[in-house]
Amino acid sequence: MHKKLSSFLLTWLLFGYAFLYVPILILIAFSFNKSRLVTIWDGFSLKWYRSLFDNDQLLKAAWVSLKVATLSATFALIFGTLAALVLVRFGRFKGRTFFSGLITAPLVMPEVITGLSLLIFFVSLKQMIGWPEARGVVTITIAHTTLAMAYVTSIVQARLFGFDNTLIEAALDLGARPLKSFFVITLPLIAPALGAGWLLAFALSLDDLVIASFVSGPGSTTLPMVIFSSVKLGVTPQVNALATLIVIFVSIGVSLSGWLIFKKSKEKKD
Amino acid sequence: MASKSPKRSYKFDPWLDPKNRPYIRIENVSKEFDGTMAVNNLSLSIYQGEFFSILGGSGCGKTTLLRMLAGFETPTSGKIYIDDIDMTTTPPYERPVNMMFQSYALFPHMSVGQNVAFGLKQEKLPKAEIKERVDGVLDLVQMSLFMNRMPHQLSGGQRQRVALARSLVKQPKLLLLDEPLASLDKKLKERTQLELVTIQERVGITFIMVSHDQEESMTMSTRIAVMNEGQIKQVGPPHEIYEFPNSRFVADFIGSINMFEGIILEDAPDHVIIQSDSMPSELCISHSATIPPGASVTVGVRPEKVKISKMSHGKPDVIYNYTSGVVDDIEYLGDVSIYHVLTENGRRILATLPNLVRLTEQPVTWEDKVYLYWQPENGIVLTV
Repeated sequence: MHKKLSSFLLTWLLFGYAFLYVPILILIAFSFNKSRLVTIWDGFSLKWYRSLFDNDQLLKAAWVSLKVATLSATFALIFGTLAALVLVRFGRFKGRTFFSGLITAPLVMPEVITGLSLLIFFVSLKQMIGWPEARGVVTITIAHTTLAMAYVTSIVQARLFGFDNTLIEAALDLGARPLKSFFVITLPLIAPALGAGWLLAFALSLDDLVIASFVSGPGSTTLPMVIFSSVKLGVTPQVNALATLIVIFVSIGVSLSGWLIFKKSKEKKD
Repeated sequence: MASKSPKRSYKFDPWLDPKNRPYIRIENVSKEFDGTMAVNNLSLSIYQGEFFSILGGSGCGKTTLLRMLAGFETPTSGKIYIDDIDMTTTPPYERPVNMMFQSYALFPHMSVGQNVAFGLKQEKLPKAEIKERVDGVLDLVQMSLFMNRMPHQLSGGQRQRVALARSLVKQPKLLLLDEPLASLDKKLKERTQLELVTIQERVGITFIMVSHDQEESMTMSTRIAVMNEGQIKQVGPPHEIYEFPNSRFVADFIGSINMFEGIILEDAPDHVIIQSDSMPSELCISHSATIPPGASVTVGVRPEKVKISKMSHGKPDVIYNYTSGVVDDIEYLGDVSIYHVLTENGRRILATLPNLVRLTEQPVTWEDKVYLYWQPENGIVLTV
């Protein structure tokens, strides 16, 4: 397995990585810049982090984003898993292909369209039944759940396809009722996929600007929305500091989910 | 069958005891999948303590039958009784039946001990009793030392033992085994066969095994049911199935056999004479066939019952059941050799000879002209 890369390939590899990550590294570096000008280095300072934590608007938006991400990831996990179970375990029922198409549609739908259609949906829903009263955390959560659910379904479905169904039969045979055997056999064995699905849903929600812009209301601005609008007014290194924190947050999440998947597939190989 | 003394014990053949009631009764069971009959109006009685085998090729319906006994499939029609209780539609988790899966189906996220304890935990037994029974059954299959291992740390043979322990620990009324030895290598298989029988005798549980391997079921079973196209062709102890097959299918399926088409010339109480186009001599079989002369039948004879002698040694002293030919091929298997002899009319007849003496040269070899013959008691008359 240990084959030495030729210097040619190595150069290209470094170039590729540089292309992907140098911008992020520059952003992180300038979050520690003393100068107010984003592009001119004037010595190390943590003052933008300090001022970030004094910025109520940013912090409030971060709190909204975290709340929405946690809730929508959890709902997406529950509904996505149920959908995956129906698709894999219930055989070839009538309308299965249609159902499967409906679930995966948000994966390929442009976000602008998803956002716009959800906005129209919420407005007309309010006219018809008076709910949701105002757009805010609830509507963003619902919107993010619909999007993330498609991802969760694909991940859990893949895991369930590789699932050995005789394990369930063995559990039933040994006296466990169907629901019990789901909780003690199926659930622990697909747990890594569930964890990865939740983290992905969480990250998707935290990242989303487009859909949130459509379905948010006054007082429920999410973090990406605040950053985007502040960029329009001129970037301050405060945004750099915030972006650095988000990059750290997201990369921890992604590494964790990657590690969970890797660990499980390695176990399977053994 | 010989007459029995009144004190006869039926320990080894409970199906012969007229007072014994069958423990498992399968009555007119059919199972249909999308218009095809996987199991077709099948009835079978199995007695307590038997090691019963269902033998058949792939797609004969044997696995469907087993899954209906386990409760994973519900019969389209018919009834299944276990210990006189109707279990036809009882779900698997309420049946006193356990199954050992072909893939073993050990729970990968549980240790050996947890796997074996799983069934007992579902019964909500006290911890101490669970531990005692798990220890006991792991001891029985000699896996006590592996209690805390995970399934992926075990070899195939060890997994097989754990799977057996897990299905035995609930002390079911009936244990189902789906090709239990299929994934073991030959040596391990032979050893495990005997162990499985020993364990079955010790625990006294009725075993039903599904297999496509006739050697395996002959070695282990009290009785064998040969299945084909969703129906049972013959039920009986291994020697009966082998020596007295009731049809061409069973004769051909179990072991190898030479078959000759012929017409009955004479049917006496103690013998039958049959004329076959592919044999120069008439065929004589020393039992009555109770078939009128003129009927066409098939005569079967097992290769190990066919004797072989070189033509240069003269014609054997028999009137019936002989032919001559040229040795075309020899399969040397070590303990025995199988001779393929081509007769003048192009028939290929197999004869098995034990290699009794260590020789560098076979006494009969390729291109030798030989006589083949057998005794009248070794032929089988097959009508279907």
